[in-house]
Amino acid sequence: MKRGFWILAAIIVLLLPWVGNNYFIRLATIMMLYCVLALSWNFIGGLTGYPSFATAAFFGLGAYAGAISQGQGVPMYLAWVIGAALAAIFATGLGLAILRLRGHYFAIASLVVADVLREIVNSTTNLTGGGMGLNLPVLKLGVDAQAKLFYYCMFGIALLTIFTAAYVMRRPLGFGLGCIKQNEDAANIIGINATIFKTIAFSLSAVFVGGAGAFYASWVNYIEPGDVFDILFAIKPIVMVLLGGAGTVSGPIIGAIVFLILEELVWRNFLTFHAGVLGLIVVFLIFYLPDGILDLNYRRWFGWRKN
Amino acid sequence: MLAAVLSRRRSLSEHISMLYLQVLLNGLVLGGLYACIAAGFSLVWGVLNVINILHGTFIVIGSYAAYFAYVYFDIHPLVSIPIAAVILFFIGYALQSGVINKVVAAPVLTTLTLTFGLDLFLNNLLIVAFKADYRKVTLENPLGVLSLSGITVPIDRLAAMALALLLTGLLFWVLDASRVGRAIVAVRMDREAAALMGVKVKKIYALTFAIGAVMAGAAGSLMSLIYPISPLNSGIFLGKAFIICVLGGLGSVPGVMVGGLALGVVESFGALAFGPEHAVTLSFIILILFLLFRPTGIMGKRGFQ
Repeated sequence: MKRGFWILAAIIVLLLPWVGNNYFIRLATIMMLYCVLALSWNFIGGLTGYPSFATAAFFGLGAYAGAISQGQGVPMYLAWVIGAALAAIFATGLGLAILRLRGHYFAIASLVVADVLREIVNSTTNLTGGGMGLNLPVLKLGVDAQAKLFYYCMFGIALLTIFTAAYVMRRPLGFGLGCIKQNEDAANIIGINATIFKTIAFSLSAVFVGGAGAFYASWVNYIEPGDVFDILFAIKPIVMVLLGGAGTVSGPIIGAIVFLILEELVWRNFLTFHAGVLGLIVVFLIFYLPDGILDLNYRRWFGWRKN
Repeated sequence: MLAAVLSRRRSLSEHISMLYLQVLLNGLVLGGLYACIAAGFSLVWGVLNVINILHGTFIVIGSYAAYFAYVYFDIHPLVSIPIAAVILFFIGYALQSGVINKVVAAPVLTTLTLTFGLDLFLNNLLIVAFKADYRKVTLENPLGVLSLSGITVPIDRLAAMALALLLTGLLFWVLDASRVGRAIVAVRMDREAAALMGVKVKKIYALTFAIGAVMAGAAGSLMSLIYPISPLNSGIFLGKAFIICVLGGLGSVPGVMVGGLALGVVESFGALAFGPEHAVTLSFIILILFLLFRPTGIMGKRGFQ
């Protein structure tokens, strides 16, 4: 039955571009982008229990790597792979350094990485265009065809992320990460090489985000440092995972979908105060839904017995 | 002729050393203000074990209080500190006792995300109320410039730095000598033992957070003399507070003073050596290096004494 549900969802997603208008296609593309961000953060934050705020850094790095290579004449899809690879390599190096820190110290170190990268991008004007931003080559395709193309590409990236997440959770790697989350010292003692496990989790949390960043650059055709290194790219995935339920595959997906709906409603109705309302949602979430939607005992509301 | 060349050389080297002295002095003046920026942040982190993302926004609120006091009531920003302090004391106390206290013992991710959410809300409130425009306190009667054999410094800035260090020292004295201060230190050392001795821990948490906010407000008042005022600046102040806490060592007033002065000097010389656009990058890289190789900071780990 569970499998049937997933197949049904996939069919709906595949057929949507032929039913909805461009607004819906765009929303659905953003939704899948959010799924990728949330599932990626889940590797390091949800499974391993490290409060990483580096997602924005990986996203911006992937976006700039993709944009610069496309500007040099590299084909679009290869540019996405370059963005993903560069983010993963960067995360491996960074992880080996800062994953030795714990708690608040790790949070702060990961938080400032995006700031450092943004300042570097801002000041290397020759390569990145600095604060002026970077224009990307425009595809020679109609508006509708472009919307559909990017929609299906994003769906592909999202599927890849989902399968990787599901695979990792069933393998010893996922089990080891869970052990590290519960008690890192004990995990070390029972023979889990915590350093390698954590670094792999950190790289996994970067690779798809980097690809999604490069995708984003091609999609919107123009990027600037303040946009792609926005700290909200680090906060939103955390909120989505908390909203859905951490440490699972379906939790981040549900969280991303619900978050997108909330965000869109807030954007529409509170144009000048959307960040404030977002903040209130975060506060509400922490107090009234600390374990996410998946943990809700909804069967009780309808008078069903919880099995 | 040789003598002439030699004397010219000497004057050039003298000139360079004067430049270094001037940069050092600028750095120290800035560093005194930085110490005040980070004092409240360090206190909250050390005692509550909460990273207070709201701190930057608190500083901006203090700056606005100073700005409006100056524009409407003609009160000098150095004198209007109590106004900002009172406003922020109540904001801080209300936030801690009403919201943050409920999850204060939760893991890092929860408290950090909570203060992030509160910051999004408060900062957006400021943008709606005051617009994102940059404002500036332009003094009608500046106190002038102190000039000492080629090294110059505006007296207003010097006074702001002195007051900042004085306030940070006052915080040290409060923690060291007052009843409330000893209770705060006791809670930091051992929460359970302090509770057994009759300290009301939740109330002390709220007071600590309020004192942290007061220090932020005071720092904001002082910074209004130097920095442009806008809600968009809150992230800059927060970043500086991070760096200072890690540089000086977490949770001690002397650590904050050393960290603040060190950051001020590093930023001044960094701007001289690499250009001002790289000063932020430099200080963040120093932050990461310190986190990796000396997480206890320059002073080593020590509590409030």
